[in-house]
Amino acid sequence: MPKTYQEINEKIKSGQVVVVTAEEMTGIVEEEGAAKAAEQVDVVTTGTFGPMCSSGAFLNFGHSNPRMKVEKAWLNDVPAYAGMAAVDLYIGATEASEHDPLNRDHPGEFRYGGGHVIQELIAGQDVRLRAIAYGTDCYPRKELDTWINITDLNECFLCNPRNAYQNYNVAVNLNADRDIYTYMGVLKSNLGNANYCSAGQLSPLLNDPYYRTIGIGTRIFLGGAPGYVFWPGTQHNPTVARTEKGLPKEGAGTAAVVGDMKQMSPEWIVGVSMYGYGVSLQVGLGAAIPVLDEEMARFTAVKDEDIVAPVVDYSRNYPYNEGQPLGYVNYKDLKSGQITVNGKQIPTGSLSSYPKARAIAQILKEWIEAGQFLLTESVQLLPSADSGLTFKALIERPVEGEVI
Amino acid sequence: MATRRVVFRYPRHLIDAPVVSQIARIYNLEFNILRANITPQSEGLMVLGLEGSAEDLDKALTWVQQQGVGVQPLERDVVRNEERCTHCGACVTICPTEALHKKIATQEVCFDSDKCIACELCVPACPPRAMEVAF
Ligand code: SF4
Ligand code: SF4
Repeated sequence: MPKTYQEINEKIKSGQVVVVTAEEMTGIVEEEGAAKAAEQVDVVTTGTFGPMCSSGAFLNFGHSNPRMKVEKAWLNDVPAYAGMAAVDLYIGATEASEHDPLNRDHPGEFRYGGGHVIQELIAGQDVRLRAIAYGTDCYPRKELDTWINITDLNECFLCNPRNAYQNYNVAVNLNADRDIYTYMGVLKSNLGNANYCSAGQLSPLLNDPYYRTIGIGTRIFLGGAPGYVFWPGTQHNPTVARTEKGLPKEGAGTAAVVGDMKQMSPEWIVGVSMYGYGVSLQVGLGAAIPVLDEEMARFTAVKDEDIVAPVVDYSRNYPYNEGQPLGYVNYKDLKSGQITVNGKQIPTGSLSSYPKARAIAQILKEWIEAGQFLLTESVQLLPSADSGLTFKALIERPVEGEVI
Repeated sequence: MATRRVVFRYPRHLIDAPVVSQIARIYNLEFNILRANITPQSEGLMVLGLEGSAEDLDKALTWVQQQGVGVQPLERDVVRNEERCTHCGACVTICPTEALHKKIATQEVCFDSDKCIACELCVPACPPRAMEVAF
């Protein structure tokens, strides 16, 4: 008998619900079989924690006197986007500080940027807001320089266009003598190391590979507080090649997510500096997946050894869209500390924190057991493998004639 | 008398050479091996405290370099800010001595300060900048 969201939520409210983490579910399905596991378990919790560059925050800081329609703004010297109304701002995670030397002295250190501003806001630290404007009859003020604090803001919410990538590349460097500095970390020359970035078996979208439960309106764990999926994430690409078990063999689904920063904690939203690349934000995110039927029990029993990821050269193939993956490796091997690529044993590093992913799945489990977190039925699921949706590259159409 | 902390980097073929006992004898130095680490694939690394006259110390270090051993003064320590570390694992293939390494079972990243030679390679490579130079 398939379960409904309502039934599961009634169990959550009455304290009867059976919740396990995605790690625990693997063992249960192995021992009991999927059919029995589907009867026994109501919800499986997942988690992931890694740099998610496509992130940022909206904030509204209230009207000054006299009023001002902000034209350009900076938060702790990091430019924020002000092209919306008068006192709304968007601060992007990868925006570097105004005076950062960037990569002029390569590799740049990128000490501070939007990701750090977001973490400091969440931590309750004061942030300096500077703004300028051209002035209008209704908004005459032209300059502003003040401290702001999250407690004084009207709204402050994380609004991330692309998070929770379902699987990802394993990055290596084939260049014979040059180390490279990428968003996948420092990659040592001549296959000196390999970096991966997924929680594997704990990752939300790898536990619901065809998005049968995750979509617009799904309540999630975001940054230590409840948040929501509000749209398919940018670059959502459900039609990639999949394994027999339906697991995408490369980066595929993504989710756009939103959540109230006033309730978040700096433990789960961390500003980071990627050496020679730029600033970013580590985001902690988790989904609670209802075990509606036997198929969902099977999906949530996913294991690291079942999930494969492509090994991609970041010295040439990735930047110039050339060539093919050097091979596929599974997450069990990646987590063992060593993989074999082109016949060579190479050590693995990661960008995604498995201990944090595990902690998120555990917290979500506790929230549900305590009756604090009810599941929501999505109003529209993410487009799946049958949607025909693909991720397109840019086709450039050179502009001729009139030069602006 | 002067004291100095130094890191010796031994190329593979010199790993078995008794460089330390030789400089102690020839240049009349007291020594104290603070950390020693020989990584399987590559070079050997040793952190030493040396004591002797300033002149002898200079001569000894010059001699060691002539033998083909890399010498680097060690004036600072690298420490981990435990609160900032997110156990992401970006440092484990950067650290030359495995002072930073992952426990396979839990995937936690451990920092073994005894093995750290303060090369500072992890400092900019750590995304949350949890590895700090302590003066
Ligand atoms: S790179 Fe930094 S944050 Fe990540 S595990 Fe190493 S010390 Fe911790
Ligand atoms: S400074 Fe960092 S990279 Fe160098 S040995 Fe110590 S822990 Fe390893």
